[in-house]
Amino acid sequence: MRSACCSALLALLPLAGCGDTQTHLLPPGSIVNDTIPEPLTRIAGDAGAGADIFVSRDGGHCILCHQVDGLDAPFQGDVGPALTGVGSRLSPGQIRLRIVDYEVFRPGVLMPSYYRTHALYQVSDTNAGQPILPAQSVEDLVAYLSTLKD
Amino acid sequence: MIRLSGLGLALVAVAACTPAAPPETHLDAPFERLQSGYDFLTPETQALQDDTFSNPGYLWVDRGAELFNTSDADAPSCASCHTTGLAGVAASYPAIDSDSGQLLNLEGRINTCRERHQHLPALDYESDALRALSAYIANQSHGLPLSVDISGAAATHYANGRDYFFTRRGQLNLSCHQCHDQNAGKRLRGDTISQGHGNGFPAYRLEWQTLGSLQRRIFDCDTGVRAEPLPLGSQTYIDLELYLSARANGLAMESPAIRR
Ligand code: HEC
Ligand code: HEC
Repeated sequence: MRSACCSALLALLPLAGCGDTQTHLLPPGSIVNDTIPEPLTRIAGDAGAGADIFVSRDGGHCILCHQVDGLDAPFQGDVGPALTGVGSRLSPGQIRLRIVDYEVFRPGVLMPSYYRTHALYQVSDTNAGQPILPAQSVEDLVAYLSTLKD
Repeated sequence: MIRLSGLGLALVAVAACTPAAPPETHLDAPFERLQSGYDFLTPETQALQDDTFSNPGYLWVDRGAELFNTSDADAPSCASCHTTGLAGVAASYPAIDSDSGQLLNLEGRINTCRERHQHLPALDYESDALRALSAYIANQSHGLPLSVDISGAAATHYANGRDYFFTRRGQLNLSCHQCHDQNAGKRLRGDTISQGHGNGFPAYRLEWQTLGSLQRRIFDCDTGVRAEPLPLGSQTYIDLELYLSARANGLAMESPAIRR
């Protein structure tokens, strides 16, 4: 579900050529070092929903690239690092930034930016102007990954 | 929470239509050794490819042979000009057409011959006839090394194709280079990423349940990163084919290969 603030924002997108919308979704000041300390929505993330989004093809489909020990899903990828115990390594704010827009602090990183619409190129007409995931799904993922402790 | 007060400042529009960053300029041949997509298949799929009786791609080769040898009332057959066949020809495509100066891929060459010499209309991309003819001709280079020429008029096409290969695109913001150069051998869900060579095409893809062109494969990779794919047969995709072939020069042709 997309929160009211974000649908309002999407409605305000300027017209851009090539089907790409070059708008920053985050207000300035959201990013502090390598973290986004504040949640993107008012509703607290749901770890159970986050686990589903992590696996589901229509959700984040994070298992395309990541593996988590003990997660019940076949064929987990290894293009990215295993995320077992990531909740012990990274704070929720650090995890949030990595999902929202990893490129902020690591330009050229392979991992897609899941909550970003600016500086993208040749985006398909059906996805233009929209982030890969709605804000609430990002919060659910942050909640889920934060439960993965060593 | 996103504060509405931030919106005015947040709506910064930057120039559209240009790639986010200039293409990276890494090594063009990052591999210790070129590896065909064949090497990443299961032994069962490899066996299916190798068995010319079971490999469904050979039905297309046979159909193509028929078309190649058939003449209409008004049009001479392909075979009437190419009396000794076309062994080795496909391995050098895409290539510059000396008459027009255009870069043609194999499908484009077939259509040019139809229009120029047979006075027949061009065949649609991915039509049964065009796939059959290209499979038949590509198969005559089976086992021969890819050997495209990127000098002269081809050089700008090569540069354009290379540029496409290195440019990040789509909602997932990934380039061909990131997957097929930097992550070959790694697992993307159930798939093992290969080096991304076109030496098996036209190929029979199990996912398609049919034979398809290299351009259709590229179209699928573009769609996979949620980029707006280019129309099949577009010049940029032909330029990209040239870059892919040049990057794989020396690798043996396998068409009709089986791929997942
Ligand atoms: C196309 C590949 C790809 C996909 C899909 C992907 N990631 Fe990543 N991810 C990476 C790579 C590569 C890194 C390592 C980046 C680095 O540190 O240079 C990474 C790193 C991370 C990290 C930091 C791990 C650490 O130990 O520092 C987190 C957290 C993460 N990913 C979460 C996710 C989530 C959640 C999703 C899905 C919504 C996702 N990733 C989808 C490739 C991917
Ligand atoms: C997100 C990762 C990813 C990106 C980006 C990507 N591909 Fe692929 N590609 C794959 C996967 C997975 C396959 C299927 C397994 C294989 O053969 O590598 C594939 C297959 C191919 C093949 C067939 C190889 C064979 O032996 O059958 C070619 C050719 C290819 N890609 C070219 C490209 C080109 C050109 C681009 C950019 C326009 C591109 N790919 C972008 C993941 C990707």
